[in-house]
Amino acid sequence: MIKSELINKIAEANPHLYHRDVERIVSTIFDEITGALVEGDRVELRGFGAFSVKERPARIGRNPRTGEKVPVAEKRVPYFKTGKDLREQLNK
Amino acid sequence: MSNKTLTRADLTEAVYEEVGLSRNESAALVEQVLDEVSGSLISGDNVKISSFGSFLVRSKNGRIGRNPKTGEEVPIEPRRVLVFRPSQVMKERINAG
Repeated sequence: MIKSELINKIAEANPHLYHRDVERIVSTIFDEITGALVEGDRVELRGFGAFSVKERPARIGRNPRTGEKVPVAEKRVPYFKTGKDLREQLNK
Repeated sequence: MSNKTLTRADLTEAVYEEVGLSRNESAALVEQVLDEVSGSLISGDNVKISSFGSFLVRSKNGRIGRNPKTGEEVPIEPRRVLVFRPSQVMKERINAG
């Protein structure tokens, strides 16, 4: 499923809403999650999962072709941990 | 970093402010979106949200695990796990300043 299909499903379930409003609703939800992570905040959606940001320290990497050492700067990576309900439902 | 935790209530509030719906209906829509994403994944269909990221269902083989405390061997059944792959856009935004 891609975003436009998700929007269509929500629109079908809510015929009283304008399609463009459904688009805004879906976009708002994902933008809000991204915005929180950009601030370094966590997003916890019980049953579904939690998004957080993990810090990866700077390290010395290697060019796998030449074996040459290259410095890799520290960076922040988004992380998602599946919620308990969803994890269990995936294995029913 | 402010180190807050966003919840459904914050997503509901954002939807409420963005579109002229009641708070109740905004909350219901947040739930519907999460339910649709979950339902798709449970049925084995990956979910890709452009400029956000992809939720991918992976199948893991069974293996023999070990209780690290007792050293006892325990079978781990084959199972399905969910992984989130952030989009390039999200990764860049998170690292930009």
